[in-house]
Amino acid sequence: MSTIQNLNAFDPFADTGDSEAQPTNYIHIRIQQRNGRKTLTTVQGVPQEYDLKKILKVLKKDFACNGNIVKDDDLGEVIQLQGDQRTKVSEFLTTQLQLPKKNIKIHGF
Amino acid sequence: MSDLGFDPTLKKKKKAKKPESDVSESPAPAGEIDDMFAGLKKKKKSKKPVDDTTEASASPAADDLTDTFGDLTLKKKKKKSVKSLDAADFDQQLEEAGLEDISQTNDDDNSASTAGGPPYEDLLSRFFGILKKNNPELAGNRSGPKFRIPPPVCQREGSKKTLFANVQEIATVLQRNPEHLIQFLFAELGTSGSIDGEKRLVLKGKFQPKQMESVLRRYILEYVTCKTCKSMNTELKRESANRLHFLSCKACGSTRSVSSIKTGFQAQIGKRKRM
Repeated sequence: MSTIQNLNAFDPFADTGDSEAQPTNYIHIRIQQRNGRKTLTTVQGVPQEYDLKKILKVLKKDFACNGNIVKDDDLGEVIQLQGDQRTKVSEFLTTQLQLPKKNIKIHGF
Repeated sequence: MSDLGFDPTLKKKKKAKKPESDVSESPAPAGEIDDMFAGLKKKKKSKKPVDDTTEASASPAADDLTDTFGDLTLKKKKKKSVKSLDAADFDQQLEEAGLEDISQTNDDDNSASTAGGPPYEDLLSRFFGILKKNNPELAGNRSGPKFRIPPPVCQREGSKKTLFANVQEIATVLQRNPEHLIQFLFAELGTSGSIDGEKRLVLKGKFQPKQMESVLRRYILEYVTCKTCKSMNTELKRESANRLHFLSCKACGSTRSVSSIKTGFQAQIGKRKRM
């Protein structure tokens, strides 16, 4: 019976799971200008289940930059990296941590 | 021949007064080319029949081409003028041009001209003239007036600040409150700034026009274009009941909510926070 497509019990209004109604799990990658041509990259909203300390350690080694973790009152823990690492960070998050690309938002110029 | 050679120049003068319209444009140059370079015209003719054979869908493309070549800068003005003064004028001009053309084609090239009737180009432009007169929406310009965003003008003010000169202009073109646009810029660039006496934006930090352009593009994508019809003719409204921003499209009438601008995490730069 299920071969007939019309008779499939498919609810078109069911929650597909990838709805955009939950914007809370976005990962924001931002850039800030410091003095001179120096910049700072911040990664905000990495999911709780990941160990930020370990991630930071890998990132620092991979990108050859310094960085640290900042605890913000309402935004949780944020990774700070020296220099413009936006594209590299997003690539790392998508390939190593298998995070969906649409959840990552890169800000800045 | 010399008589004919004189004629187009007269016409040219007449045309120079009003903004050149794409409709009246196509027949007239054909006449001109006729007189001066018979060889060139053959090339043009040989190209045209290809358009003719490939369906009607090719014709808007051809029109668009003439449109874009016509005059890029006067686009907005032209769209208005086309509707009003062109239709009657065009018919008259077409008659002139058509008569010339036919007499000319009989003399010059008998290979390319079709058997009987005015040539394809004239028919095409005539068709578009009528179409534009009666229902301009079908004749290429679907979204009404085209939106042209002026390129951002960035000047350096001192060594640490950037002057963004035409924020106001861009905001008016996008039909947005300048405050909203500036707020977005601050959030995206992670800086602060102020507006000076001439309503220019002073941003802290060094920014190139190219960088500003990419940020503006993101703003347009998020807060200006309609997601359903991709029109930029939209309006941003703030509903006081639920404090949400809604984007309503003036072209298709759809409404969607847009997220409010959030600055997010701002790292401490420079002096440390006093404990």
